[in-house]
Amino acid sequence: MRAIVTVMGIDKKGIIAKVSSCLSENNINILDINQTIMQDLFTMVMLVDVSEAENKFAVISDKLSAIGEELGVEVKIQHEEIFRSMHRI
Amino acid sequence: MINTNEIFETIKMIKDEHLDIRTITMGISLLDCADMSAEKSCDKIYDKITRYAENLVKTGNDISEELGIPIINKRISVTPISMVAGASDAKDYVCFAKALDRAATATGVNFIGGFSALVHKGFSKGDEILINSIPESLATTEKVCSSVGVATTKAGINMDAVKKMGEIIKQTAHLTADRDSFGCAKFVVFANAVEDNPFMAGAFHGVGEGDSVINVGVSGPGVVKSALEQIKGQDFGVVADTIKKTAFKITRMGQLVAQEASKRLKVPFGIVDLSLAPTPEIGDSVAYILEEMGLEKCGTHGTTAALALLNDAVKKGGVMASGYVGGLSGAFIPVSEDAGMIAAAKCGALSLDKLEAMTCVCSVGLDMIAIPGDTPAETISAIIADEMAIGMINQKTTAVRIIPAVGKKVGETVEFGGLLGEAPIMPVHNFSSQEFINRGGRIPAPIHSLKN
Repeated sequence: MRAIVTVMGIDKKGIIAKVSSCLSENNINILDINQTIMQDLFTMVMLVDVSEAENKFAVISDKLSAIGEELGVEVKIQHEEIFRSMHRI
Repeated sequence: MINTNEIFETIKMIKDEHLDIRTITMGISLLDCADMSAEKSCDKIYDKITRYAENLVKTGNDISEELGIPIINKRISVTPISMVAGASDAKDYVCFAKALDRAATATGVNFIGGFSALVHKGFSKGDEILINSIPESLATTEKVCSSVGVATTKAGINMDAVKKMGEIIKQTAHLTADRDSFGCAKFVVFANAVEDNPFMAGAFHGVGEGDSVINVGVSGPGVVKSALEQIKGQDFGVVADTIKKTAFKITRMGQLVAQEASKRLKVPFGIVDLSLAPTPEIGDSVAYILEEMGLEKCGTHGTTAALALLNDAVKKGGVMASGYVGGLSGAFIPVSEDAGMIAAAKCGALSLDKLEAMTCVCSVGLDMIAIPGDTPAETISAIIADEMAIGMINQKTTAVRIIPAVGKKVGETVEFGGLLGEAPIMPVHNFSSQEFINRGGRIPAPIHSLKN
């Protein structure tokens, strides 16, 4: 199963490092990554593979949210299908 | 990979514009739970519901977590109880309502619909007992919703039932007077009732349905309003097109959730109901969409036209997004559940008469409207008769969910809290409809029902 990780907030040091190390600790592989800064707003989208993840989706989601809180940014993980369904016929 | 802008568009819809899945409703047939003994029948009902819906709430929560979209309600609809309980020896059906309530609590759903009867042409024994049990059932249970179908385009209007409904609503209001007559918020009277509606209080599992089914209701007035904010001043062609595109995206979410729920629960997927269902939260209002089109206040001249465009564009946009569209599908206009409607009613812009006109072009009918507690039963019946006539002639579903709030007068407010919101008491006409309602009998089906 593939999922999308999104990060949004004010840019600061270590965002990519912390998010990607959390993913790696949970045995989640990053397939693609896209990061930009728009008017000081840091936005990152990662396509990840969660099929070998050891924890349940809800647990990973909570861990990422906690990292987001620590860094003052918003981190979400969502099933890829929600975006595909909405924007592709 | 999906384009970043599209990803953030979806996230913004959910986070800032209140896009959500309003309900996953599991329909369960109870036809095989009939028994001579009411007690045995109630046991069978409880067992079947709790067995079938055991994982409904958990599955809904799992899907919500994985997709990152809120699924607000998990609910159950059942076969109209009059058909199941009619086989029993019971003299009243309050025990059946209590069995449904217990099953709802055990499964963790917030409402269960189907304490219902369909009497558009006449009453069977079970129908009569059920209807007489409605006030006490609604007063003594928490989660049970009730509905009665009193008219169809094919059969006409059962005016004896319409008369009875006024009395039932008054009794229910009195029995729940200590809670702002809350019981009436769980009761709907229908014309052309639909068998696969996932929304409460009118959901029931029709007899044409299978043993069990998953129906999903979407929402998202905030998303539509926000899309319209981007096209200020442009003509109605652009307005309709924008609503269609937005409705498509919203409905795709419903389709996805419905398919996932159906797969995980191993229950066939029924329909997606592509309704714009408001909540009292700011930014989740159908009235504000109408105002965004250029009306100073919802209820002023032009409101019916605006709603007609909205209702139609929602259907056109949504219909391609889902394999099976059903239920009520359109724009709901409940007063108490919509911040913009509440504001419009409070400032006098929105009257009961205008709401009636709006129901000709919305998806359902007069919904969550509070009226003075001393309104006579016959006047309530006459309000119902008008609404049923609109449904019958226009071959659409119409409904009345009205609350004669005991002890309250125009200018006061009833508060139900949560998704049911608050409602200002709206004035009704004071001229009597008593002789009209007391005639009884049936209003014949209209000429255009004779299609065969």
